[in-house]
Amino acid sequence: MKKTITLIAIALMMLAAAPGLSAQSRGALRINEVMVVNDSSLVDEYGRAHAWIELFNANYAPLEISSVFLTNDSTNKRKYPVPLGDVNTDIPKRQHVVFFADGEPNRGTFHTNFTLVPGQDNWIGVYDADGLTLIDEVTVPASLLPNQSWARTEDGAGEWAVRTGGQNDYITPSSANVIKDTNRKIEEFAKRDENGFGMTLMAMCIVFSALLLLCLCFYGIGKIGAAISKVRKFRAHGVERDTVPDELSAHDSGEEIAAIVMALHEHLNTHDAESTVLTINKVKRAYSPWSSKIYSLREVPEHRRGK
Amino acid sequence: MSFGDFIYNNLVQFWELTGFANAQFGNFVMLAVGLFFIWLAIKKNFEPMLLVPIGFGILIGNIPFNAEAGLEIGIYEEGSVLNILYNGVAAGWYPPLIFLGIGAMTDFSALIANPKLMLIGAAAQFGIFGAYMVALAIGFSPDQAGAIAIIGGADGPTAIFLSSKLAPNLMGAIAVSAYSYMALVPVIQPPLMRLFTTKKERLIKMKPARAVSQNEKIIFPIVGMLLTCFVVPSGIPLLGMLFFGNLLRECGVTSRLAKTASNALTDIVTILLGMTVGASTQASQFLTPQTIFIFFLGFMAFIIASSSGVLFVKLFNLVLPKDKKINPLIGNAGVSAVPMSARISNNLGLEYDPSNYLLMHAMGPNVAGVIGSAVAAGVLLGFLA
Repeated sequence: MKKTITLIAIALMMLAAAPGLSAQSRGALRINEVMVVNDSSLVDEYGRAHAWIELFNANYAPLEISSVFLTNDSTNKRKYPVPLGDVNTDIPKRQHVVFFADGEPNRGTFHTNFTLVPGQDNWIGVYDADGLTLIDEVTVPASLLPNQSWARTEDGAGEWAVRTGGQNDYITPSSANVIKDTNRKIEEFAKRDENGFGMTLMAMCIVFSALLLLCLCFYGIGKIGAAISKVRKFRAHGVERDTVPDELSAHDSGEEIAAIVMALHEHLNTHDAESTVLTINKVKRAYSPWSSKIYSLREVPEHRRGK
Repeated sequence: MSFGDFIYNNLVQFWELTGFANAQFGNFVMLAVGLFFIWLAIKKNFEPMLLVPIGFGILIGNIPFNAEAGLEIGIYEEGSVLNILYNGVAAGWYPPLIFLGIGAMTDFSALIANPKLMLIGAAAQFGIFGAYMVALAIGFSPDQAGAIAIIGGADGPTAIFLSSKLAPNLMGAIAVSAYSYMALVPVIQPPLMRLFTTKKERLIKMKPARAVSQNEKIIFPIVGMLLTCFVVPSGIPLLGMLFFGNLLRECGVTSRLAKTASNALTDIVTILLGMTVGASTQASQFLTPQTIFIFFLGFMAFIIASSSGVLFVKLFNLVLPKDKKINPLIGNAGVSAVPMSARISNNLGLEYDPSNYLLMHAMGPNVAGVIGSAVAAGVLLGFLA
């Protein structure tokens, strides 16, 4: 019965974890940038310019997106299934892929069977392989002008904004929306904490807190453990806890016990009566062919005369 | 072309590939360093398990050859055998495996019995951040300063792990510096311990630690991992493996796994780690002014770490009851050079009182130092990566 309950509990936990596992992988797929009217931006492998949709893998691990659905129609969630068997549908960590919304899926994996309509709001959704779970969605505003893109301010996160292609307003199909040439964290530390005092203060506080937490925790565990073993000791001797004098309930160190035992043995040559008796016996190992040497050694080949 | 010319041309080509034709002064300097490490290990018995592989690795990595010949033999040439072995260092997966072994061979009883000793392990991490401040003052960038400063944790695998993430170009110098100073712990620490303690303090006798139950030993790695990793998730690779190794040891049902982790696996990874770290110190990469600064900073970090451990104990004693005073000679063990610095505490204690055995008391801060330096590495990684 106990075993069955344990198995059921494990199965329930696994079921509960399943959506989390799914979310960890495909859930990290993001619509990252969209261009509806493309006259002079990215061209496809046939040299033609179309509307495009950039997807971003926000995971720190590769993400296989075949069988995911792309759609511009919320009533038809399975409009364009990303084909199976194309190695390019495996997006490396924190990287991008671009789909051309040209309505010509026969041109390849990255050409959808729908188009985006200029001058009106365009809703785009990405559904998981089950065709039900919405992974990400965006509505591109009708006000978007030709050769402008609707992009996230940061890859995979942040707000959406119009990109005009200006000096600080890049259009970045198939690459990062924010071009970083330095590590911002390090820059901040170099600028605001020149002598390292801030880092020292923060880091030492964290190190001390972590170890202090562990220290307090084990003080508690030690106390609880000692109390439990004390109770067990009293129970073993049939003594009520309330009637035990303080000196008896004090903690016995190994050294103290050893000294008392040695003294008793030396001066009285006696042994106290104990509920448990420790006996050291010589253990005779039973013969087993598994451990026998003769079976683990090769026999020396014998030369037999006359044969 | 005559046959004689053919033979001559081939021999000339062969000569151009030899170490003699490609040797530079730097190679001989590094070969001398490698030989010095091997001598230290064999003749002086300074951390031979580390210095022999590192020393021999330095010899391997500094054999001059024609890198333009495309022989794919150098450690930095992609696809070469040494490069494949070096991946464990460059990608940072050797250090967590070493931590697995350390966990499987470490008995945390001393720490569990006397948890306040954990704070000494925390105090010794001042060495890391003191060196961080000096490194910034010298002109290193914050990420490089963090990678160099971790030498003060006295933990080779942690230093390699962090430098592989924050400053891969400095990793060779940082690793060699960390291991060199770990080997020199018996030389560096005792004078500092004498300097910062009075004779009376050195004679403090600590109460024997209480016996720790099996349940506590099992709970420790689980709770330890959960608490420390919740505080510093960037320390998961090191702390997770350390506590996992310890659980294998203490749970009592995985003795085979614990034995493998603490013996065969650790030995294999130590050999590969030491040898490849040594081989990564090619003269062209290693002999730079930065290396001198790194060695200087590493030395300083060690001094600050050891001193802060001792001074923290003295400070701590001011608030502790008379019968629970801690001998400050165990303060140096807050650095994570296990068990070398604990042994030094013990030897120095015995020097002043032949009946004062401090080894088990010093093991507490010593293993806390391992946890502390892994937490500190996680903090630096979290802030700077």
